[in-house]
Amino acid sequence: MEENDRQFKIIDRLYLALAILPLVVGMAINVLTSPASDGIEIAGARIFFEIPLPLQPLPITESQVNSWLVMVTIFFLCLYFTHGLTERANTKRQLILEWVVEATDNLVRENMGKYFEGFSPFVAAIMALSAFSSLLSLIGLYPPTSDLNVVAGWAVIVFVLITYYKNKCGFVHYLKSFGDPVPFLAPLNVISEFATPVSMAFRHYGNVLSGSVISVLIASALQGVSSMLLGWLPGFLGQVPFLQIGIPAVLSIYFDVFSGCLQAFIFAMLTMLYISSGFPADDWEKLKLQKQQLKEANN
Amino acid sequence: MLELAIGIILGGCALGAGCAMIAGIGPGIGEGNAVAKACEAIGRQPESKGAVTTTMLMGCAVAETTGLYALVIAILLIFLAPGRFVNILLNAIR
Repeated sequence: MEENDRQFKIIDRLYLALAILPLVVGMAINVLTSPASDGIEIAGARIFFEIPLPLQPLPITESQVNSWLVMVTIFFLCLYFTHGLTERANTKRQLILEWVVEATDNLVRENMGKYFEGFSPFVAAIMALSAFSSLLSLIGLYPPTSDLNVVAGWAVIVFVLITYYKNKCGFVHYLKSFGDPVPFLAPLNVISEFATPVSMAFRHYGNVLSGSVISVLIASALQGVSSMLLGWLPGFLGQVPFLQIGIPAVLSIYFDVFSGCLQAFIFAMLTMLYISSGFPADDWEKLKLQKQQLKEANN
Repeated sequence: MLELAIGIILGGCALGAGCAMIAGIGPGIGEGNAVAKACEAIGRQPESKGAVTTTMLMGCAVAETTGLYALVIAILLIFLAPGRFVNILLNAIR
C-alpha cells in the first residue's frame, strides 16, 4: 500500500513536470533565438529553419513550434487530471475535471441539440487549444493565434465539418440548398459559404493581434512619457522607464487574459452554431423515416 | 525624385490605414446598442442573466467582425504594403 502510494505520487509529479517542461523549453528557445534589440517592436512569427521539399521549402515558424508546445502541455495536463480517477469523486482535481466535462456537455447539448452530443470533446479541444495559445503571451512567448495561418487552419477544419454535415442528406440536397430562397441568389450563397471560415479566422486572429499591437504601442508610449517626466532624475535613474513597471500588466489582463479566453469561447460557440445550423435536421429525419419504412415494407 | 515618390507611397499607406480604421465607428455603435438592449433585458428579467450575457457576447463578437476586417487592412497597409509598393516602383523604373 505504502509502495503504491509513493509510485502514484511520483507519476503525479512526473506528469506535472512534463506539462510545465514545454513552456520552459519555449521560453528557452525564445531567449536563445530572439535577436538582440533595444526597442520594442512588432514582428511576425520568426522562421527557425526550412525543410527542403520538392515544390517549395517548408518553413518551420515560431507559431508552429509554439502550438506544438501548447498541445504537449494540454496533453500532459489531461493525463495529470485524469490520473487516479475513482468512481466517487474524492479529490479536488477530479471534482474540477467533472465540472469541466459537465459544463462542456451541457453547452454542446444546449447549442447543438441531441444529435450532436458526441461533439463535446471536439469543442473542448478547440476551446482549450485556442485559450492556451492566446494565454501563451502571458509568459512572453509568441501566441500562435496571432498568426493567421494557424487560425485559418482551424477554420478550414470547421468548414470541412460544416460541409460534411450539410451533405448528410445527399449531394443533390446540398446543391439545392444554395438556391434556397430564390435560385438567382445562388452566387451570393456560395460567397457567404466561403465567407464563414474567412470571417472566423480573421475574427480570432484580428482580436489577438490587435491586443498585442496595442500592448506594444502602450509600452513604447510609456517609455517616452517616463523619459519626458522623469528625465531630470540624476544619472542612471533618469534612463530607467519607471512608468513601464506595472501599468502594461493591468492592460494585459484585458487584452491577453479576458480577450483570449473570450475569443476561444466565441470560436467554439460559432463552430457549434455553424455546424448544427448547417445540418438539415428535418429532412434528415424524414429520410431516416422513409428508409425505415422501406425496410419494413421489404420485410 | 525617387525620394519624393517613395515618400508619397509611405504617406499614402499611412493615410489609407488611418482611413480604414474609420470602420471602427460601426462596430462601436452596434455593440453599444447590443449591450444597452441586453441591460434592459436583464433589468426586466434578472433570472435570464446567463443566457442574455452569452447571447450578447456572441452578438458582439459577430458585430466586431467588420471592425476587425478594417484592422487587418490597416495592419497590412502599415507593415506589408509599403515594401511591396516600393518594390513595384523600383521595378517599373528599371
